Amino acid sequence: MNTVYLYTMVGVGLFTLGLYALLIHSHLLRKILAINVMGSGVFLVLVALAAPTQGAVPDPVPHAMVITGIVVAVSATALALALVLRVRTETGRAELPEEPLE
Amino acid sequence: MFITMQEFPWAVIIIVLPLSGAMLSFLFPRWVKLLGVLVALSVVAAVVGLGWQVVEQGAQRYAIGGWGAPLGIDLYADGLSLLMLIVTALVCLGVSVYSTGYFNRAYFRRSKANYFWPLWMFLWAALNALFLSSDIFNLYVTLELLGLSAVALVALAGGADALTSAMRYLLVSLLGSLFYLLGVALLYHSFGSLDIVILSQQVEPSPAVWASVGLISIGLLLKTALFPMHFWLPPAHTSAPAPVSALLSALVVKASFYILLRMWLEIFPVGGTALGQLLGLLGSIAILWGGIQALRQTRLKMLIAYSTVAQLGYLFLAFPLGSYIAWKAVLFLLLSHALAKTAMFMAAGNILHFGGHDRIKDFDHVVQYQPLTSAAFALAGASIMGLPPSGGFIGKWLLLEAAIHSGQWWLVIIIIMGGLLAAAYVFKVIGYAFTQSRVSHQTRRVPVHMEWTALVLALAAILLGLAAPWPLALMDIGLPFGEGAAG
Repeated sequence: MNTVYLYTMVGVGLFTLGLYALLIHSHLLRKILAINVMGSGVFLVLVALAAPTQGAVPDPVPHAMVITGIVVAVSATALALALVLRVRTETGRAELPEEPLE
Repeated sequence: MFITMQEFPWAVIIIVLPLSGAMLSFLFPRWVKLLGVLVALSVVAAVVGLGWQVVEQGAQRYAIGGWGAPLGIDLYADGLSLLMLIVTALVCLGVSVYSTGYFNRAYFRRSKANYFWPLWMFLWAALNALFLSSDIFNLYVTLELLGLSAVALVALAGGADALTSAMRYLLVSLLGSLFYLLGVALLYHSFGSLDIVILSQQVEPSPAVWASVGLISIGLLLKTALFPMHFWLPPAHTSAPAPVSALLSALVVKASFYILLRMWLEIFPVGGTALGQLLGLLGSIAILWGGIQALRQTRLKMLIAYSTVAQLGYLFLAFPLGSYIAWKAVLFLLLSHALAKTAMFMAAGNILHFGGHDRIKDFDHVVQYQPLTSAAFALAGASIMGLPPSGGFIGKWLLLEAAIHSGQWWLVIIIIMGGLLAAAYVFKVIGYAFTQSRVSHQTRRVPVHMEWTALVLALAAILLGLAAPWPLALMDIGLPFGEGAAG
């Protein structure tokens, strides 16, 4: 197994792990972390696939995509954290209610 | 250098205008309303300019910064994107006029109202950029811009309900985007391009392509709230301020559907496959489930939100049919639903503002006190039900024709039952609008222009049916229907 596929598989593994954590944890901070782990998984896949053969000059386009993706992830996380704080002050808990409001 | 009218980059102007408007309204919070209306009017003018170019010269392609397609990012405007831009401009113009009245209300603090305008303009810029993108990674960026501004707008209402639904909406939105991005990564790895046109020429079935079809579809379906992934939509659309609900139901969910449509029609080698049948089945369940849930609701805004779940189901009936006429039918339904649903949410906002609540059973002579709002709700309801000559009627008629033509009778039954359910929940509301309530409420005056905006948009949904040949012809310009492309 060459390193490219190893890294790709690790990326997919991180994505799946993040998805699992997002679904089972109820604390919002854990959910936000899970989303970030998923994002890192996608970025790792992008970077790994940028150099299909070892030693070749890597393709710069996926790197540009990852940088853009990181910018998006940072802003999304900032918004999410601000929302968590507001949810906590309003409801007293940093969790989503089980049932959506009727 | 002198730029002639023919090559003026309207596509760029359409994106830059709301973006700079948004930033200016952060800088000059005193002038937000004036800025909002000015930006709305000038974007409408720019869309007219682009429309003129597309109709006269065919599909437009603009390479940003002069970098061509393989490396740079192209803007692409054809008949389909032009139609989406036009309906967005109409809805947003309506929303800007409506919001000048809505955000004057006593319980909207000035600071809160000031945040609405820049966020709304960011949302509009994201929508315009999305409809003009020809690059699947750029589509990801616009999806995220759209999601973030939409979430912030929902949270604007404040209170526990709005904040928790905004939080849930944000998580769903980010999850959908990540699925989409992973799909994009696989597509880029397989074909070395992000441009839709280049991809459409190169794609051929392979395991990686099927994986990316799955990932991209899941991500976009989550954002389009197709049953059973609709759980986040009703609370988010209900707890947002009325003009925001209108934007979300009319435009934001349609944006991810638009990407899905383009991907399926132009890139993916999937025509009439089992996957299409599955989407059609989920769409059918959404129509029935959404309709039944809407009927059960006791609050008007919740009812309208479930009606959106049902109407989104119709859009997916084209996937099992896969014919040219079916795609056109659902696009037409999409346009008329956007106009009608905006009118409905505005009407609900007026009723809520007038009586201080939106409990359907406690409506007190709404028809008598707010004749314009009631008329707007009834007309929009007629389009949602699909009564002639409304836009909803033409869309459903074409869809029925496509279903009968392909011999898929179960779809015919679903379409008719969906119409009956829609009639039931619209008449439920209208029935209570005539009655007197046992409890008396303190009422507040609703600005006249808020009532008129709702009515004008509802009328536009009806008139769309009379002007049907024009948008249908516009869809033929450029991809995905022209040039003998897939369909």
